[in-house]
Amino acid sequence: MLGIVRQKMLGQSLLKIRPAISVLRSYSSAAKQMTVREALNSALDEEMSADPKVFLMGEEVGEYQGAYKISKGLLEKYGPERVLDTPITEAGFAGIGVGAAYYGLKPVVEFMTFNFSMQAIDHIINSAAKSNYMSAGQMSVPIVFRGPNGAAAGVGAQHSQCYASWYASCPGLKVLSPYSSEDARGLLKAAIRDPDPVVFLENELLYGESFPVSDEVLDSSFCLPIGKAKIERKGKDVTITAFSKMVGYALKAAEILEKEGIDAEVINLRSIRPLDRSTINASVRKTNRLITVEEGFPQHGVGAEIWFEFSL
Amino acid sequence: MALSRLASSSSRSADLLKPLCSAISLRRPISTDTTPITVETSVPFTSHQCDTPSRSVQTNAKELFTFFRDMALMRRMEIAADSLYKAKLIRGFCHLYDGQEAVAVGMEAAITKKDCIITAYRDHCTFVSRGGTLLEVFAELMGRQAGCSRGKGGSMHFYKKDSNFYGGHGIVGAQVPLGCGLAFAQKYSKDEAVTFALYGDGAANQGQLFEALNISALWDLPAILVCENNHYGMGTAEWRAAKSPAYYKRGDYAPGLKVDGMDAFAVKQACTFAKEHALKNGPIRGKSLSLVEAIKLTSSCSVCCAYMQILEMDTYRYHGHSMSDPGSTYRTRDEITGVRQERDPVERIRKLILSHDLATEKELKDIEKEIRKEVDDAIAQAKENPLPESSELFTNVYAKGLGVESFGADRKEVRAILP
Repeated sequence: MLGIVRQKMLGQSLLKIRPAISVLRSYSSAAKQMTVREALNSALDEEMSADPKVFLMGEEVGEYQGAYKISKGLLEKYGPERVLDTPITEAGFAGIGVGAAYYGLKPVVEFMTFNFSMQAIDHIINSAAKSNYMSAGQMSVPIVFRGPNGAAAGVGAQHSQCYASWYASCPGLKVLSPYSSEDARGLLKAAIRDPDPVVFLENELLYGESFPVSDEVLDSSFCLPIGKAKIERKGKDVTITAFSKMVGYALKAAEILEKEGIDAEVINLRSIRPLDRSTINASVRKTNRLITVEEGFPQHGVGAEIWFEFSL
Repeated sequence: MALSRLASSSSRSADLLKPLCSAISLRRPISTDTTPITVETSVPFTSHQCDTPSRSVQTNAKELFTFFRDMALMRRMEIAADSLYKAKLIRGFCHLYDGQEAVAVGMEAAITKKDCIITAYRDHCTFVSRGGTLLEVFAELMGRQAGCSRGKGGSMHFYKKDSNFYGGHGIVGAQVPLGCGLAFAQKYSKDEAVTFALYGDGAANQGQLFEALNISALWDLPAILVCENNHYGMGTAEWRAAKSPAYYKRGDYAPGLKVDGMDAFAVKQACTFAKEHALKNGPIRGKSLSLVEAIKLTSSCSVCCAYMQILEMDTYRYHGHSMSDPGSTYRTRDEITGVRQERDPVERIRKLILSHDLATEKELKDIEKEIRKEVDDAIAQAKENPLPESSELFTNVYAKGLGVESFGADRKEVRAILP
């Protein structure tokens, strides 16, 4: 995407910041910094403001301001009809979300973590993903299921699974996984605007991380295309594909490799379904070496799917 | 109609009028008379946490004929589907609704197309009552292009969004939270309409049903949960599956009504009552409130405050659970014939029409002959219809497909664009 826009006049840049974005950090490079949390919050805010059919539903999203404070301030701004606190009944409220999407609304259903989405997986797959096909186009389901995915800090096996490969194997779903704030903003906006069911896999440990964002990213019409990966770091010796938190690790690894004289290319997948195979192919054709990195289980995982292309 | 009454009552004038009468009856269309007739439901309603509606139902000749025609059509359609399945023209699943027609027809008479209906896999007749055509039904069952889901859904996935019929769901119980979601959307959009979410006695034990019930009652959604209790969840009788088979009481705090589901008028009355109840401001408890309490209640509710309920329709299916189930291993043939003789919904309407002298036996038989012909024509038309193209395997996977490329072995050449 675009590089960082360098602002010489900091005062002018302050005036250009939208009221929804209230935090400005680290002026050292004179670029705006934004945490992933703020990015998600602002994306939700802007989409809810632009389209009255968008509403948010989940455990603790309202009065608690969000289990991870992603939905902070939204209840005050939009009221209890559009920001709904649900009981701890994933199957029930996911089904209600899909039903509302059938009628034409645009729900954003939050799972406290995707581990709990297994309670609702029947609705995600059978009621949401397959409906457009089974009805030959009559019932589209413009719903977004979002929440933290993968491991947090030592939360135990039941709270640490990565669901990217499970959801990405299902036709009818789109699966997105952002890394930086730019990714978070652009992909969440794209997900909410998309007429298909989208599974939006965030990461709890990334919520507090700050990334530089350009003016274009801060604009309310900013949107990233679904199905396109981003080359975070260009290189020529080895391709490393990763998504979500692992992109950070891949970039750090690339720095270590650089000291050893190996120039790594890091691809941030962004979209797990559909997978941007042409970008990966072009990169591997250039480097002839591939490493896939993911938090999920290796068997039948995202890496296994990427490797399939190169195993022939 | 007046002539036939004269004819039956007076034998002398009958001889004179008989040829005239029969000539008229052959050319006479189905009665459009709307003079009110009052019928009594077969049994009184039983309620839980609410008032019972009256046993007297207002109807008219036009409605009686509509009920008869619609139910006879559904009956004929399901029996024809049975033969088509045995002839291997319909494959996969086929769950037949014959015996339960009164629920579909009675419900439709009580509501408008703005109200939503969602049901499980036994959906052929509900689809027809929402305005689906016979051709769409048979073509979909046989997997043809003219089917309501263009041959991609099959028996369990009939949809008609323009009439607010949301399917057609294969997973037992899943349609109940979906139905509550529809009710949520109706309330959100301030549509002044309700959703009927139908489920069976087997699905009544599903956890997600209680989750949806809890949220619907908490958020005052205009959802009406309708348990079509045909007493068997596939092969398991209700007493073997549910500790408390009083499904109308299972909502606890939610009002419930038990209805004779073989009586179309009882169903109509119950659904009218439920819809009114759901759209009124504030809950009804059938108890008298003090003025202060009443004011407090109404003032605390928003304009479109609703109160969800459960309707239990006591009904029966003549066929087995599906075409692979003979339906006689877990119940006796005597039971089936007993219900057919005593409670058949089509026969009930036939008797009502005859007892009110609205038509003769022959006229009703003629209507049934017409229906038979209609069904046969639709089947013939559906048989001619082509199967879907192979390219349809890849269409409609997404509403907005992104044309993902599939590469060949050299990873350079694009071999196919997938949805």
